[in-house]
Amino acid sequence: MQLPPALHSRLAGGPGAAEPLPVERDPAAGAPPFRFAARRVRFPREHEFFEDGDVLRHLYLQDVLTQVTEAPERPRVPEFTCQVAGCCQVFDSLEDYEHHYHTLHRNVCSFCRRAFPSVHLLDVHILEWHDSLFQILSERQDMYQCLVEGCAEKFKTSKDRKDHLVRCHLYPADFRFDKPKKSRGPATPGAAVRASAEAPGDDGEQSGGDAMEVCSEHAASLPEPVGERRTSGHRIPSTICFGQGASRGFKSTKKKKGHQ
Amino acid sequence: MPSFRLVERFAAFLLSANFIQAHHVERKAGSPQTALRKARREQQLISKRLLRDDASEEAEGGCVAMILGETEIQHFLRLAQQGTEEKERERALVSLRRGLQHPETQQTFIWLEGSMRTLVGLLTSNQALLQLEAARCLHELSHSEQSAVAEACLPATSYLLTYLSGHSSDFIELCLYTLGNLIVESEAVRRQLLPQGIVPALAACIQSPHLTVLEALGYALSQLLQVKEAPEMIIPSVLGSTLPEHILRLLQPGPKLNLGVAVEFAWCLHYIICSQVDNTLLISHGGLSTLGLLLLDMAGAVQRTEDTGLELLACPVLRCLSNLLTEAAMEVVGGQNQLEDERVVAALFILLQFFLQKQPSLLPEGLWLLNNLTANSPSFCTSLLSMDLIEPLLQLLPVSNVVSILVLTVLCNVAEKGPAYCQRLWPGPLLSCLIGTLASPDIEVVGQSLELLQLLFLYQPEAAKDFLQQSGLQVLERHQEEAQLQDRVHALQQTALHQ
Repeated sequence: MQLPPALHSRLAGGPGAAEPLPVERDPAAGAPPFRFAARRVRFPREHEFFEDGDVLRHLYLQDVLTQVTEAPERPRVPEFTCQVAGCCQVFDSLEDYEHHYHTLHRNVCSFCRRAFPSVHLLDVHILEWHDSLFQILSERQDMYQCLVEGCAEKFKTSKDRKDHLVRCHLYPADFRFDKPKKSRGPATPGAAVRASAEAPGDDGEQSGGDAMEVCSEHAASLPEPVGERRTSGHRIPSTICFGQGASRGFKSTKKKKGHQ
Repeated sequence: MPSFRLVERFAAFLLSANFIQAHHVERKAGSPQTALRKARREQQLISKRLLRDDASEEAEGGCVAMILGETEIQHFLRLAQQGTEEKERERALVSLRRGLQHPETQQTFIWLEGSMRTLVGLLTSNQALLQLEAARCLHELSHSEQSAVAEACLPATSYLLTYLSGHSSDFIELCLYTLGNLIVESEAVRRQLLPQGIVPALAACIQSPHLTVLEALGYALSQLLQVKEAPEMIIPSVLGSTLPEHILRLLQPGPKLNLGVAVEFAWCLHYIICSQVDNTLLISHGGLSTLGLLLLDMAGAVQRTEDTGLELLACPVLRCLSNLLTEAAMEVVGGQNQLEDERVVAALFILLQFFLQKQPSLLPEGLWLLNNLTANSPSFCTSLLSMDLIEPLLQLLPVSNVVSILVLTVLCNVAEKGPAYCQRLWPGPLLSCLIGTLASPDIEVVGQSLELLQLLFLYQPEAAKDFLQQSGLQVLERHQEEAQLQDRVHALQQTALHQ
C-alpha cells in the first residue's frame, strides 16, 4: 500500500480540518432499487466482527509468561539491614526490603506500635483506639465507620460494624484488621505496649505472628520500654527489650490473649 | 437500514469458509487460535495471566518442582507457621509454592482441611517475606483452570483487596494479577468481590505511580469489565467512580505513555464503550480527543518503526473511536467534542498500511473507523480527496471480500456527497478497480460496486460513457440473472445506455 509522501508531513503538521467541498445531493441517489445510505455503524460487545481482534488479545494474555521474564532485572545486592531502629531484619534484594518496610514500618500507630496495611486502616485504628473524643462522641452518634472503601455507613458499636461487614460486604467473621478493642480508654501515647492481637478463635492454629503486631521503634520517640503492660498469662521475658534491635516480632509466638 | 445490513454481512464473512485464508489470523485446526475462536463463539473466552519470576526459580536451584502429597503439604505448612528460623519458614513456603505449580498438588492442597486457613493466616502475618510467598502460592492457585481450585481462594479476597491500598508495589501487583484471575473464574466469585468493594479498591489503587501496578490493575479491571454481567452489574459503578478519568489520563500520549499499561486500559475502555451504558460520560471527560491524539501518537510510532506490539493497542483504540462516533452527542455539529482534525485520517492510513504488513486481520476494524469518520462528514471526505488517499484505499481491494466491501462503502460515503466529490473520483483508477470488483464471485462485493456505480453515474455523467467504453456492460450482464442484483443491474444498464 503506497502512501503519498505528503501524508507523513501532514501528520507532523498542526491540527486542522479540510474546507469541505460543496455538498449537493440528488434525491435519486440511493433510491430504489438502490439502497445505499451513508451511516455510522456501531458494534455491540459480542458481535462477530470483533472475533479476530479478541483472539489476538487473548493470545497476548496467554503469552504473558514470556513478557514477565523480560521484566526489569532484579539485581541481588550485598546483604543489608533494615535501618529502622529496633529492626534487625536482613535483606539481599531491594524488592524484599520494600515489602518489609511497607508491611512493618510504614503505617505504624505511634501510640501502640501496631502496623497496618494501609493509611486508611491506620487512621481508623487511631480514631477508634486512641482518640478520647471518639469515645465520647460514639456514645451519642454512630461513629464506627465501615472499613470498605466507598461505603459510607457508620455504626454505633464495633460489633454492629462487624455484622455489617459480614452481611453486606461478605467479609470473613474473623477479619484480621477489625479487632474490637477490649478495654476502655486509650493507651498512653508513647507507651510501648506489647500489642498482641487476638487469635482468630482457633487455638490449635498458629500463624506467623498476628497482623497488627510489630516491634520496631523509632529511636527518637522511644520512651522507656517499661510502661503499661496489660498482658495476661504470658509475660514478656525481661531479656527482650524494645529499642535494642529486638527481633521478637519476627519470631513466632504462642497466641496470647492480650489486650490493649 | 441498508448499510447496516451490509456490515452485518461483513461479519458473516469472517466466519465463512470462503474467507481468504492468507489474510487472517491462522486458522489451522487444533491451533490455539481455533480453540480461542470456538470459546469466543460460545461466549466463554477467558484467559488468565501467570506471574512467575523465572529468575528467582533459577536462584532456587532450578530443579524441577515436584508434585507434593498430603504429608508434604502439611509438613511445609507447619514449618511455615511454626518454624523457629525465618529463613526456614520462608523456604518451606517456597517449596510449597513450587509444588503448587502442579495441578495435582493444587487439588491435594484445597481438599486438605485447614490448609487455606493456614495460608490466609500466613498471608496476613506480619512477616513480610512470608506474606509475599503466601501471596505467590495463592497466585498459583488462582491461575488454575479448575474452578474448585480457584474458588478455594475466596477466603483470601477481602485481604487481597485490603492490600491494594498498601504501598508495596510488588505485593500489590501480585494481588492484582491474582484478583484478575479469580474474577473471570465464575459469577460466584464476582458475587463476593463486588460487595467486598473491588471497584472502589481499584479506583483508589489506580493512583499508584508504579507502572507494574498499573499494568496489573488494567488487567484486573479488563477482566472485570469483560464478564457477561458487566453491563448491568459492574459498568455502572465503574462509570460512577473516578476510574474513567484515570483511565483516560493513563491513555494520554506523551513521553510517559507505557505500552503495556496503555494496552490494558484501552481494552478496559473498549469493554465499557461497546456495552453502551453511558458513553456520553466518556465523551464529556474528553475521551474522544484523548483517543484521537493517541491515534496520532501511534501513527508516529509506526513512522519511527517503534511499533512492536502496537497492533495490541491500535485494535481497542480503533474500536473505541468507531463506537464513540456513533453516539448522539456526536451529532451536535461544531460541538466541543467533535473529532475534526484531518490528521486523524492521515494517522489512520499509516496504521492501515501497518496492518497490511503486520496484522491484516485488523484491516476491517481500521476501515470501520474510516467509514464512521467519513459517513456524515463532508470535511473528512474532502480530506480523503485532497490528501490523495483514494488510490491507497483502492490498493486494499484485493485483500479480502470483507475489506473490499468496506473500501467500496467508504467510496460510496464520498460519492454520495454530490458532483463536487464525484468529479474527483472519476476519471481515475477507480474505473478499472470497479470493473474488477464487479467480476467478483461474491454478491455483496458486486452489490456494493453497483451502489457506487449508481452514485457515479448520477453525479458524474461522463463516467457512464467511460464505463461503456471499458466493456462495463458485459461485466454487468453476468449478473442479470442474480436475484439480489438484477434490479440494480438493469437500472444501471438503462442509465448507461441512455447517456
